[in-house]
Amino acid sequence: MSASDLEVAYGGVPAGKEDVYSKQPVLSARKLVITFGRVVGLDGVDLDLYPGEVLAVIGDNGAGKSTLIKCLTGAYVPDSGEITMSGQPVHFKKPQDAREAGIETVYQQLAVIPALDIASNLYLAREERRKGPLGSVLRMLDKKGMERRAGDAVQNLGIQTIQNMGQAVETLSGGQRQAVAVARAAAFGSKVVVLDEPTAALGVKESGMVLDMVKQLRDKGQSIILISHNMPHVWEVADRIHIQRLGGRAGVITPQTHDMGEGVAIMTGATKLSQDSAA
Amino acid sequence: MTADVSSAAAEFARRQQSPLQRIQHQLHGRPWLSPLFLLFVTFVAFFIATPTFLTANSMGILLQQTAVVAALAVGQTLVILTAGIDLSVGAVMVLSMMVMATLTKDGGMPGVLGLLIGVALAVGAGAINGLLVTRINLPPFIVTLGTLSIFTAIALLYSGGESIQQEHLPGLLNALGNDFGIGKFRLTWGIVVVIAIYAVMSFVLSQTAWGRYVYAVGDDAESARLSGVPSKRILLAVYTVAGLVYGIAAWILIGRAGAATPNAAPTANLDSITAVVIGGTSLFGGRGRLIGTLIGALIVQTFDFGLSQMGVNQQWRVLATGLLVIIAVAIDQWIRRVKA
Ligand SMILES: Nc1ncnc2c1ncn2[C@@H]1O[C@H](COP(=O)(O)OP(=O)(O)OP(=O)(O)O)[C@@H](O)[C@H]1O
Ligand SMILES: [Mg+2]
Repeated sequence: MSASDLEVAYGGVPAGKEDVYSKQPVLSARKLVITFGRVVGLDGVDLDLYPGEVLAVIGDNGAGKSTLIKCLTGAYVPDSGEITMSGQPVHFKKPQDAREAGIETVYQQLAVIPALDIASNLYLAREERRKGPLGSVLRMLDKKGMERRAGDAVQNLGIQTIQNMGQAVETLSGGQRQAVAVARAAAFGSKVVVLDEPTAALGVKESGMVLDMVKQLRDKGQSIILISHNMPHVWEVADRIHIQRLGGRAGVITPQTHDMGEGVAIMTGATKLSQDSAA
Repeated sequence: MTADVSSAAAEFARRQQSPLQRIQHQLHGRPWLSPLFLLFVTFVAFFIATPTFLTANSMGILLQQTAVVAALAVGQTLVILTAGIDLSVGAVMVLSMMVMATLTKDGGMPGVLGLLIGVALAVGAGAINGLLVTRINLPPFIVTLGTLSIFTAIALLYSGGESIQQEHLPGLLNALGNDFGIGKFRLTWGIVVVIAIYAVMSFVLSQTAWGRYVYAVGDDAESARLSGVPSKRILLAVYTVAGLVYGIAAWILIGRAGAATPNAAPTANLDSITAVVIGGTSLFGGRGRLIGTLIGALIVQTFDFGLSQMGVNQQWRVLATGLLVIIAVAIDQWIRRVKA
C-alpha cells in the first residue's frame, strides 16, 4: 500500500506512526449490516483499529456507535459483513467469545450487576478459585484474593471514594458505578479495550483519570476504541477519529488534520468528507 | 468517609431512636434475622396456647412434616432467585413418586432402579421447563402453569388414580420414613437428607461461580449476558437441578406418607412459594438466601401444625397461612424501608 492509499482509507496517518498503519489492524470490520425489524442499525460500516492506537468514534445520537461496538464485541451478531482480528476471521456469538479473543468492553449501559458487590462484579465470569482441592474439587471461589486484587484495580484507577470492595454496586453513585465498569475492562490486560461513553457520568477529576488510563493502556501497547460525545476529550486522546453517521462511516480524520469544528460539521452532515480531503 | 465527631452526620448518627426503630435497624443489617424472629414469635405463641406444643414428640413430628416442603422449597428458591417461578413443583414430585411406586410395586423392579428412574424423570421434567423457558423464551409462570396440568394429568393417567400402599413397595423406597432417636427426639432419615440438600446447595450458591451466576442472571439478565455469564445455560441448569430436588422430595414423601398417592400434597406449590417468600427471597430475583427458605418452611409448618394441635380445622388453617404470607411480606417491606 502506498502512503496516499493509507491516507484515503484510514484518515490521516499521525506523524512518526507510518509503520503502525502499514501493519495489520488488530481489529477490522468490513460492510457490517444489522437491522432490527425495519430499523436499520448499521448500513455497511467499515472500521479499522491498529495496534497501540486510540480510535475515537463520534456521531450523533442514534448514529449507530453503540450498535457498531456491540457487533464487534459479540453482544449483537451482525446480519452480514465480516470481522477479523489480526487478519483472522472471527465470529462472535456472545460477549464471552469476544472477551476470550482479547476484547474487553464497557457498554453504555455499564452491564454491572447491582446486587453483587464490587469485587464480584470485577471478576464476574472470570472468577478465580482457591488453590488446592478446595478449588479444584469443591470449586470454591478465592473470595479474599479477588477482593484484594479488585481493590488494587480500583486504586490504580485512582478512585479514592470507593473503599470497600464488599459494597454492593447498587449503593454506589452513578459515577462510581461507571468507574467500576471501566476498572473491570482495564484490569485484565486484554488486546483491545472498548469504552462506550466511559466518562458520561464522571466528574472533571474522574474523567481526567479515565483519559489518563486510556493513555496508559495505549502506552502499554493495547488498542482502544473510545466512544464519546465530549469533543475536547476526543481531540485530547485520540490518534484517529472514526465519524459515524446515519448507520454508516462518514469518514476517518485525525486531530492533527481536522479541528473540532470540522469534525462536528462532518458528523452532522454539514460538510462531506470527500475522498481527496480525507487527509 | 471517616466519622468526624463534630460533623452533622455524626450528630445524626447519635440521634435518639425509638426501640422500634432500633429493631428495624438490626433486622435490616441481618436479613435472615426477620424470618428467624417470626419463627421465634410463632413458637412462643403456640407454646402459650398449647402446652403440648413444645414437647420432643411434637417437635419430631413438626420436623418430619416440614421435610417435604423444605426440600421442594430448595428448588423453588433457585428458580425464584433467577426471577422465575415454578408452579409445577408438586406435579413433578407426584409424577416422580407414582412412577417410582408403580415400577417397583410387588417386586416388579428392584427398588434402586425404580428410584433412579423416578428421580431421572423428575430431572427430565425440570429440564423440559428449563428448555421451554430458555429456547422458546416463554415466561416461567406460563411454562410451569402448563406443565403443572400436563404432569398432573400424566401422573393420574399412569397410576390409574390408584394409591400404592407401603407394604407393596420395596424397603428402599420407604427408607426415608424410618426414624432414629437422638435423646427424646425422633428424627427420620428424610430429615437428614433435607439437611444435606440445604448444606450442599447453600455451599454451591454462596461459594461457587455457578452460585454467583444464578444471582447475576436473576438480578439483571442482560447485564449478566454482556458480562460474559452464560445466562441461558445457567437458567436451564437451575430448572434441571430443581427437578432433581423434586425427585428426591418424592422419595421423602413416600416414606413420610406411607404410600404413593396421586393426589398427595395438594398445597405443595403454594407452600413452597410461601416458604421462599417468608424466608426473605425477592420475587424479582437476584436476592435471597437458602437459610431464609429453611426458616420460612419451618414457619409455614409450625403455623399449620400449631393450629391443628389447637384443634383448628383445615379451612381456618389455610386462611391463617394466607394471612401469614401477607403479614410476613409486609414486615419485610417495612424492614427494607429503613434509612441508612
Ligand atoms: N436492540 C435494538 N432494537 C431496535 N433498534 C435498535 C436496537 N439497538 C439499536 N437500535 C437502533 O439503532 C440505531 C442506532 O442506535 P445506537 O444505540 O447504536 O446509537 P448511538 O450512536 O450509540 O447513540 P447514542 O449517542 O445516543 O448512544 C437507533 O436508531 C436505535 O433505535
Ligand atoms: Mg450509544
